[in-house]
Amino acid sequence: MADKVLMKGNEAIAEAAILAGCRHYFGYPITPQTEIAAYMAKRMPKIGGTFLQAESEIAAINMVYGVSSTGKRVMTSSSSPGISLKGEGISYIAGADLPALIVNVQRGGPGLGGIQPSQSDYFQATKGGAHGDFHMIVLAPSSVQEMADLTVKGFDLADAYRTPVMILADGTMGQMMEPVSLDYTPKAPVEKPWATTGTQMQREHNIVNSLFLAPDELEDMNMKRFQRYAAIEKNETLYEEYRMEDADICIVAFGIAARVSKNAINEARARGIRAGMIRPITLWPFPTAPISAATQHVHSFISVELSMGQMIEDVRLAVEGRAPVTLCNRTGGMIPSPEQVLQAIQTAAENGGAK
Amino acid sequence: MSTTQILIAGFGGQGILFAGKFLAYKGMLDGKNVSWLPSYGPEMRGGTASCSVILSDTAVGSPIVSNPDVLIAMNLPSLDRYEDSVVPGGTIYVDSTLIERKVRRTDVTVHYIPATRLASDNNTPTLANMIIVGKLLSVMQDFGTDSVNAALKKVVSARHADMLDINLGAMKLGAEN
Repeated sequence: MADKVLMKGNEAIAEAAILAGCRHYFGYPITPQTEIAAYMAKRMPKIGGTFLQAESEIAAINMVYGVSSTGKRVMTSSSSPGISLKGEGISYIAGADLPALIVNVQRGGPGLGGIQPSQSDYFQATKGGAHGDFHMIVLAPSSVQEMADLTVKGFDLADAYRTPVMILADGTMGQMMEPVSLDYTPKAPVEKPWATTGTQMQREHNIVNSLFLAPDELEDMNMKRFQRYAAIEKNETLYEEYRMEDADICIVAFGIAARVSKNAINEARARGIRAGMIRPITLWPFPTAPISAATQHVHSFISVELSMGQMIEDVRLAVEGRAPVTLCNRTGGMIPSPEQVLQAIQTAAENGGAK
Repeated sequence: MSTTQILIAGFGGQGILFAGKFLAYKGMLDGKNVSWLPSYGPEMRGGTASCSVILSDTAVGSPIVSNPDVLIAMNLPSLDRYEDSVVPGGTIYVDSTLIERKVRRTDVTVHYIPATRLASDNNTPTLANMIIVGKLLSVMQDFGTDSVNAALKKVVSARHADMLDINLGAMKLGAEN
């Protein structure tokens, strides 16, 4: 067991990426994730890796596209407005069936917005991320330890399913320090026979491309990609249940909102209200099944979010009208307080599931 | 089962984040669950800094300290802003060199430490932060433990090893005042 060290979430992502074998980082600075780039700038040259500050986010994501096509582990990171700029490249990467890790340490929006924490890129991340028929796997860490663990897992998932993976964090997760243990046994590298590594005159050319002008061919590519998505939904959905065994009221929250909600749940329990939480760790695929199953004993659901209510749509789809789903939220860089969440729990307890 | 929520606030350059990092490391080495969260907003660019530190026997939920058990105020704007947020029965540490007014609350314990003057008299003008931390540890009867030295080694970079004893000296000065 490696010693625990105190690290910022952003630094934990960077170090975990290096431990996962990532030797290529391309980015462009933006608060609140700049520590990732700063860490990479310091470490990559010492371990024979590449750190490159691109001229823009668009350039950075296209450098990721290029390196990924050679089969190397590669990543970029940014915050909300910068991720929007990367959208085109992310779609190309998905369309070319390439693995890549993209980190979004969210800040308030829309537009340039602010620099304080937010979860308002949920729609963007989970409903595709750019144009075209595709998904990304979206991982939502709720501690500095998970910032590291999900980075390592993200690279593995990206390689296994040939898909871009996004870490959807927020300013709090990026900036806070917690003890973290970086104790990973590297997995054997995944074979990448599709990589453009030079034929050595021994094989046919590999072509990495997202352009398919024949519609039947493009349809076929999309169908095959969605077969992989079905496997991801079946095998890779992750969530944590907190005090759910006998819960009447179920909070659904991820990232910093889940941390705040834990305080509120403990306080509600101390007051005799049976509250619990289902915390999605993968936002795509969304943990629909456990939320649906919870309707057996839960009379009210509360979606706690740092947005005007985005994940709540997926909660409602999972609940399928069997219980009321309410929103407890702040937006624009504000964070709900434990008292606000407790109030929402108390209101739900008083209503007792009445619709 | 106990949780201590600490808020440290002052000007940028006073070592607010450093003091918080030290306390978080010490807590971790003492076997506690800890979190450390800095302010990183535009107010930071305007010259003020703050950080939330939580030390707990149980898992840390929200890392945001809105109602501190312990407030360290190293300048007047910080005391003005956070005095009312301290929990009843909490403790406020005031750098009385820079803050001339008294704490208005009557339901908290207050320690006035002329930290900036003590630091300057001690030829370590940048260590007012650690003088107050020393006072905090002595009040919490937590000074002189092994974890103090070990935590310092974690936060003082190896390049500045000469700063270890100087930091310890500053903390001792605070503990004795």
